[in-house]
Amino acid sequence: MSQCAATIVPCYPLFQQPEYRELLKAKSAEFEARVPQEKIDETFQWTTSEAYRKLNFQREALTINPAKACQPLGAVLCALGFRGTLPYVHGSQGCTAYFRTYFNRHFKEPVACVSDSMTEDSAVFGGQKNLFAGLQNAKALYEPEMIAVSSTCMAEVIGDDLNAFITNAKKEGRIPVDFPTPYAHTPSFIGSHLTGWDNMLEGILRYFTLNSMADKTAGSSGRINLVAGFDGYLGNFRLLKRMMREMGVEATLLSDPEAVLDTPADGRYRMYAGGTPPEEVQQAPNAIDTLFLQPWGIEKSRKFVKETWNHAATQVDAPYGLAATDRLLMTVSQLTGRPVPASLELERGRLVDMMADSHAWLHGRRFSVYGDPDFVMGMARFLMELGAEPLHLLCHNATKRWGKAMEQMLAASPFGKGAEVHFGRDLWHLRSLLFEKKPDFLIGNSYGKFIQRDTLHKGKEHEVPLIRIGFPIFDRHHLHRHSTLGYEGAMYLLTTLVNAVLERLDDETRSMGETDYNYDLIR
Amino acid sequence: MLNKEEAQRLIEEVLAAYPPDAAADRAKHLTVVEEATGEGSCGITANRKSQPGVMTIRGCAYAGSKGVVWGPVKDMIHISHGPVGCGQYSRAGRRNYYVGHTGVNAFGTMNFTSDFQEKDVVFGGDKKLAKLLDEANALFPLNKGISIQSECPVGLIGDDIEAVAKQKGAEMGKPVVPVRCEGFRGVSQSLGHHIANDTIRDFILDRQESTANEAGPYDVAILGDYNIGGDAWASRILLEEMGLRVVAQWSGDGTLAEMERTPQVRLNLLHCYRSMNYISRHMEAKYGIPWMEYNFFGPTRIADSLRRIAARFDSRIQEGAEAVIARHQPMVDAITHHFRPRLEGKRVMLYVGGLRPRHVIGAYEDLGMQVVGTGYEFGHNDDYERTNEDLSNTTLIYDDASGYELEKFVERVRPDLVGSGIKEKYVFQKMGIPFRQMHSWDYSGPYHGYDGYAIFARDMDMTINNPCWKMMTPPWR
Ligand code: SF4
Ligand code: SF4
Repeated sequence: MSQCAATIVPCYPLFQQPEYRELLKAKSAEFEARVPQEKIDETFQWTTSEAYRKLNFQREALTINPAKACQPLGAVLCALGFRGTLPYVHGSQGCTAYFRTYFNRHFKEPVACVSDSMTEDSAVFGGQKNLFAGLQNAKALYEPEMIAVSSTCMAEVIGDDLNAFITNAKKEGRIPVDFPTPYAHTPSFIGSHLTGWDNMLEGILRYFTLNSMADKTAGSSGRINLVAGFDGYLGNFRLLKRMMREMGVEATLLSDPEAVLDTPADGRYRMYAGGTPPEEVQQAPNAIDTLFLQPWGIEKSRKFVKETWNHAATQVDAPYGLAATDRLLMTVSQLTGRPVPASLELERGRLVDMMADSHAWLHGRRFSVYGDPDFVMGMARFLMELGAEPLHLLCHNATKRWGKAMEQMLAASPFGKGAEVHFGRDLWHLRSLLFEKKPDFLIGNSYGKFIQRDTLHKGKEHEVPLIRIGFPIFDRHHLHRHSTLGYEGAMYLLTTLVNAVLERLDDETRSMGETDYNYDLIR
Repeated sequence: MLNKEEAQRLIEEVLAAYPPDAAADRAKHLTVVEEATGEGSCGITANRKSQPGVMTIRGCAYAGSKGVVWGPVKDMIHISHGPVGCGQYSRAGRRNYYVGHTGVNAFGTMNFTSDFQEKDVVFGGDKKLAKLLDEANALFPLNKGISIQSECPVGLIGDDIEAVAKQKGAEMGKPVVPVRCEGFRGVSQSLGHHIANDTIRDFILDRQESTANEAGPYDVAILGDYNIGGDAWASRILLEEMGLRVVAQWSGDGTLAEMERTPQVRLNLLHCYRSMNYISRHMEAKYGIPWMEYNFFGPTRIADSLRRIAARFDSRIQEGAEAVIARHQPMVDAITHHFRPRLEGKRVMLYVGGLRPRHVIGAYEDLGMQVVGTGYEFGHNDDYERTNEDLSNTTLIYDDASGYELEKFVERVRPDLVGSGIKEKYVFQKMGIPFRQMHSWDYSGPYHGYDGYAIFARDMDMTINNPCWKMMTPPWR
């Protein structure tokens, strides 16, 4: 009996109490047939060795702790960024439950998304019946302005034809013929969540513009289209809009989920909020250009925009850090003829001021980074701008071409000399790499916490603390509301990094009578 | 609270929003129970296909097998076999606590997957599977066995994972278990539980009739407790204290060895009936082991369960049970005394899975609260039959409720608390309704046992009585 009404304790520290410690010890000693502790310790040490790293890197078939997700997840996020849109996933229902949960946990927000619940018989006969009823039910119950259809791997393996099924559903009168139903095939066994995001966007652009290009002229609206891509930071969407506003540039964000994923608590649940209006999508071909801010994550939409809209889709880098943001603003300026305004120059100056203030704590520090390709590249670039040194740069869902581009980028900076680039590798690979060469910090999503624990288990001196930047972040609250792009985002990143360094220093120096030095009030 | 007629009218209103076919189907899943009748299944239809497009809360068979039954077995490796998604979304998401050296002799929070690529779908994944089993065994030599959790594509491309498992199992001398829990099978998680139970029967229990262990007179196993937030530990401690020897936990903090020795226990204690009744029945039929359901939520049910369990044993255990109850009574009284005045009369709506839609009712009642609506994501008729006994007032019952239904029901009933899952949580919080996740204990727990009751009471109080719910309207409105 470990509880007392005045101080009720949950799992930790409840299970620290002696009676539970004994219980756990006895359970494992008597019933678990547990391997002897020496064997466990020995095996653990082996998993941190050079020999193990080699064995680990010989893996050809097994993925352990991936750092990527599947296509329809991306499709759902993309669809959420359009006004009044209900994401609809054609296929078995379990995936949709997972997508919603995954986003709920990251954004701490409701996520509306339906499935058409295909079962064994649909595997035999195809899912057309499910799609008919699904579209009809979803429209009747949730009254969306648009339903954006993607597919699970079940529907893809049996070869369901979304276009034909949706057309038939309309013919059958399940939903009105003019009701917007863009779609994208999103087979989960190709690419990653980024591919699905890209496919869904392309589906939406195609739906609204392909057959109405006759009266469109690139440049006629004087606007700019921006495509942020799969991004777990709501602040980034807001930041992009603000920067464009300050430049006096009218911009359309193609997919903008910041409102629907950040609705207020005021007594009312809003299933739909904000988002890119379909009318703006229709007019998007009239813009001067479309800029893709995750060039390594988006291909198909870019191709569509170039071929169908006749846009240059001018190459830009993901605007992480100073120089990439400078370049983005200059590109927009060149395209629109609008100068970069004083307000943004001031913001830039403040960022540089912060960089100067903090450089002594960041210069020469070594960071390993994992995540999506443009994030890793952007983060590496920013680290080098800070005088920090990227060590391992790992991307599970990137290609060889990305690897080459990374090598080139790193070679161009003295701070990139010691970096290693890994693509198509998972977090168990990364674990081995961190035991081989220890960085000061690891930058990545919440999954990295298990690597931190493993490195700590080898000894405090091997511990690689995790700095949570990326997607998903499940175990810290509200970080997703910040921005990571632009000058503003760079300020957030810089603040996060430098304070992680200082926290760690405190952590290592607060042992009284032992490491009193460097435990400073002033830094 | 709504009376029966009002509740009936509410159901009709909600159904009116559906197209006719869907309305006719959903009507069979919604009802009002006036009071405990003690029999019948509330006249409800359950365990049927979800309506397409209505936003069911349900998951799939893979979730039921990998996520619920198999995943917590800590010293085995569970492969999410197929594309990368399913394993990633379900990784470490249920807080099935265990102790062990993760990545060395325990694997619970890791994600092993075959990460199917297009070529695997086109040419089949068996070769890849064979290879990855070897790789897993080489990199994690202390694993006690491997389960292969099939995702959707596997069942559609004609792979023979059984053959691969058989060959590799023989080579490794460990159980390698093929589980056909593809997400399109069945109508919810539920079939996944069943499939997982069957594979434990076929590939673990039948694999070796282990007689190595001395069977004691007081040996019992805990079945259907996934140790969420440490539930099984808070239960085990009571059973041990009354004199029983808990030789196995299925499957929270469970191990292969524990499963293997379960056929020698005297009694199987079943918490989540839904997910493990199959294996309980099997052990009864094959080994003559009786099983009984119990309920460790809230002191009333705990005491009742302890006595019912003890009644299966001799006076020593019966005295032990009384001693356990007596020893905890002061703590229970203190908790109830502290929290009941703060919670008295509060109305709760539940929508969960497994056993909780009925099992937690008693705990709420111990705190003076009333459950006015409840339903199962993936219950069967026998779950609803069992629920009747636990209902003590007019209750709205919803099976496989859609997002729309839940929203409308809650909007109208305006309960003081909703207990459901993460997908529902934020909808109701924004509506200003206090909410607790009742799958994951909202990152708290344990809720089982006497220690768990204290935490349960604390949590319900902190959520219902937090000031935030009164801040939703600005003062100038
Ligand atoms: S991998 Fe396939 S079955 Fe799994 S969640 Fe993704 S689409 Fe669904
Ligand atoms: S109690 Fe619920 S969440 Fe738990 S297994 Fe049974 S079904 Fe699932």
